[in-house]
Amino acid sequence: MYGKKVKLRILFISLLLISVVLSIYLILKSLEENVVYFLSPTEIKSLVQIENKKIRVGGMVKDNSIVINSENVNFVITDFKNEINVSYSGSVPNLFKEGKGVVAEGFLKDQSFLIAEKILAKHDENYMPPEVAESLKDK
Amino acid sequence: MINQLGNYSLYIALLISIFVISKTSLSLRKSSITLSGNIFSLISVQSIMVIISFLTLIYAFVTSDFSNETVYNNSHTTKPLFYKISGTWGNHEGSLLLWLLVLTIFLFIFTVESKNLSQRYRTLTLFFQQIIIFGFLLFILFTSNPFSNLFPIPNEGTGLNPILQDPALAIHPPILYLGYVGTSIIFSSALAAIISGSINKSWASHIKKWVLVSWVFLSIGILLGSIWAYYELGWGGFWFWDPVENVSLMPWLCLTALLHTIFTLEKRDIFHSWAVILSITTFALSMSGTFLVRSGILNSIHTFANDPSRGVFILCFLFILIFLSILIYFFYQKTIKENLTKPYLISKETAVLLNNLFMMFFLSVVLIGTVYPIFLEVINNEKISIGPPFYHKLLIPFLIPFLFFMAIGPNIKWINDKIGKINFTQVSIFIISIIVSYFFVKKYGVSYLLSLPLFILSIFLFFITIKDFFGKRVNISQKISHFGFSLLILSILLNGVLSKEFSSNMKVGDERKFLNKTIKFESIKVIKEQNYQSLIGEFNIKDENNSLSLKPELRIYDQPQTITSEADISSTIFSDNFLVFNVLKNDGFYNVRYQIKPFMIWIWISVILISFGGLISLKKKNV
Repeated sequence: MYGKKVKLRILFISLLLISVVLSIYLILKSLEENVVYFLSPTEIKSLVQIENKKIRVGGMVKDNSIVINSENVNFVITDFKNEINVSYSGSVPNLFKEGKGVVAEGFLKDQSFLIAEKILAKHDENYMPPEVAESLKDK
Repeated sequence: MINQLGNYSLYIALLISIFVISKTSLSLRKSSITLSGNIFSLISVQSIMVIISFLTLIYAFVTSDFSNETVYNNSHTTKPLFYKISGTWGNHEGSLLLWLLVLTIFLFIFTVESKNLSQRYRTLTLFFQQIIIFGFLLFILFTSNPFSNLFPIPNEGTGLNPILQDPALAIHPPILYLGYVGTSIIFSSALAAIISGSINKSWASHIKKWVLVSWVFLSIGILLGSIWAYYELGWGGFWFWDPVENVSLMPWLCLTALLHTIFTLEKRDIFHSWAVILSITTFALSMSGTFLVRSGILNSIHTFANDPSRGVFILCFLFILIFLSILIYFFYQKTIKENLTKPYLISKETAVLLNNLFMMFFLSVVLIGTVYPIFLEVINNEKISIGPPFYHKLLIPFLIPFLFFMAIGPNIKWINDKIGKINFTQVSIFIISIIVSYFFVKKYGVSYLLSLPLFILSIFLFFITIKDFFGKRVNISQKISHFGFSLLILSILLNGVLSKEFSSNMKVGDERKFLNKTIKFESIKVIKEQNYQSLIGEFNIKDENNSLSLKPELRIYDQPQTITSEADISSTIFSDNFLVFNVLKNDGFYNVRYQIKPFMIWIWISVILISFGGLISLKKKNV
C-alpha cells in the first residue's frame, strides 16, 4: 500500500481541488444572480415577458424629452427605432444632456417604462454607447 | 523642429535596445558572460534618450506647439500651465511614453544598485527588461507616436478633457505607473534568477526592495484615483468596482501576496516556485491593466474612446511575454532548490500561506468580475455589466475568516508553535469586540446578514493590531501596515453602514427637509475664470444647533464644451458633508445631492498608513 507521506499528499491535493471547485462554483453562481443585462429600447420591445430583474438600457436622450419636477427627472431614451420612457429620482451625472448618450439602470415596469435607480453618462463628450452606434449604422 | 528631436531620440533608444538584447542574449547559454562597462553606458544613453524625448513632449505641451498632433488633440492655449504639463501624460500617447520613461529609469537604477550581485543574474535581468523596453518602443513608434506632425498647423488645440484637469488626477498616473512598472523589474529579475539558479534568500532580500517600492507606489496611486473619484465624479463614493478600478486592484492583491511570500522566502528559504509564479502573474496583471484601459475594450464609465488596433498589439506582446515566461519556468524549474524541511501546521509559514490563499481568492473574484463581461460579449454578443452586489456577496463572507487569521497570524512563531496555551489577552479582546459590536448593531439597527460577524472581527483585528504595538521585539513597519488595514476595513464598514444620502431637484430659494436638517438653496453666482465659467451655488444646511454653508461649483468649460461639478465637502474627523449640484436644462431646476459620509477621512488616512508601513520597511536593513 501507499506510505503515509503519499496518503497525506493525496489528501492535501484533493482538499485543494475541492476548495478550488467550490470557489469556482460559488463565483459562477453569484455571477448568474448578479449580472445586469444591457438592452436597447428595440430589444426591450421584443421581450416576451418582463422579468423583475435589474437591467441597463442604453441609448440617446431624446431631444426635448427631459421634464423635471422637484422629485423626478423624466426623459425618453431612444435608439432611433424605438423609445422607452424613464423616470428617475436621484442625482444625474454632468454629461447627461438631451441628444447625448446615456445608460439607465433600473427595473422595467412595462415595455415602454423604466424606473431607473442609476444614470450613467460617459466622461467623454464624444462617447456614444456601442449599441447606439450600431443602430445608427443600420439606419 | 524640436518636435523631431523627441522622435529621433526614441529611434536611437530602439537601436540601443536591439543591440543590448543581442549582446546579453549570449548569456542565456554561457554562464561566464560578464557585463562590460560598455553595456552599462549604453543603458545610460538609452535612459537619457527617453528622458530627452519626454522633455520634448512636455516642451511641446507647454509652448502649445500644435504642429504636434498629440498636443493639438489634448491641449489648448488657455489652459493653466500646470495642466499643460500634466496633459503630457493625460492622453494615450503621452502616458505610454511615461511608461517607457519609468521602464528605462528603473532599469538604470537597477543596474546601479545591483553592483554586488552575480554578473549573470544582472545580465539576464537586463536582457528581459530590454525585451519589455523594446516592445514598448515598437508600440510607441509604430502605433501611437506622440510626435506625429500635423499640417497645416492649427491655430488652436481641442483641449484636455476638463474632468482630468484636477491636481489629484494630474499626479495619479505617474505614481500608479511607478507601481505598475516596478513589477516589470520583479518579473525580469525572477526570470533571471530562475535561469541562473539563484532563487534563494539573497535574491529575496534584494528583490524585496523592488516589491516594496512598487507596492507603496501602487497603493498611493490607487488612493489618489479614489480620492479623485470621490470629489470629482460627484457620486460621493470612493470605490465603484468599475473595471478600470479593478485592473489597478488586481496587481495590488497579487503584489501583496508576493510581499508576504518574499518576506517568508528571505527568512525561511521556502516558497521558491510560488514566489516566481507570483512575480510573473503580478507583471502580467499590470500589463493587462494597461491593455484593458488603453484599448477601450472595457465597457467602463471611465473609458476614453480609443483605437482597437493598439489593444491588439499590447495583447500580442503580453501573450508573447507570458508564453516566454512559462516556457522559461518549465525549462529551468529544476534549478529551483526547494527547502524540504518538515512543515508544521501551526506556524507563521501557514499564516503566510493562508494570506496568499485569500489573496488569490479575492484576485480571482475581481478578475472574473472584470473579464467575464468582455468574454460574454465576444462569445455571444450579449452585453452585461457586473455591479457591486456581485463583489460584496463573494468578498464579504471570505473577509470574515481573513480578518480572523490576520489578527492571530502575525503573532504565531516561525517554524513551529503550540496551540495549547490559549492566549488570555486575545480571548478577552475577542469578547470585548463581541460586546462592542453587539451594542453598535443594536443601536443603529443594522440588519445586513453578515454585518455582525464582520463588525466583531474587524473590531477584533483593530484592537489586536493596537495591542501588538506594545509587544516585545515589534516589527514596526508590519504593525503600521496591519493597523492601517484594520482601520481601513473598519472605516469602510462604518462608512457603508452609516452613510445617508438625499437628492432632489431644487430652484434657488427652495428648502427641503432631510432627517433633522433643513437644506436651503440660498443663491447662485457666476464668476469668469481663465478657461471656464464658474457657477457657484450657496447652500445652507441647518439643524437644531448647527448651521453649515456649502458652496459647490459647476464649471462650464468652452474648450472642449463640457460641464464638470466640483463637490463642496466639509470634512471633520468624524464625518464628511458632501454636496454637489448639477444643471439639467435651462428651466431653473438644479439637481442637488447631499450626503453625509462618516469616517471618510479615515479611509484615506488608513491607506496612507498602509503605504507608510511599507516605506519604513524599505528603510530598514533587516526586517
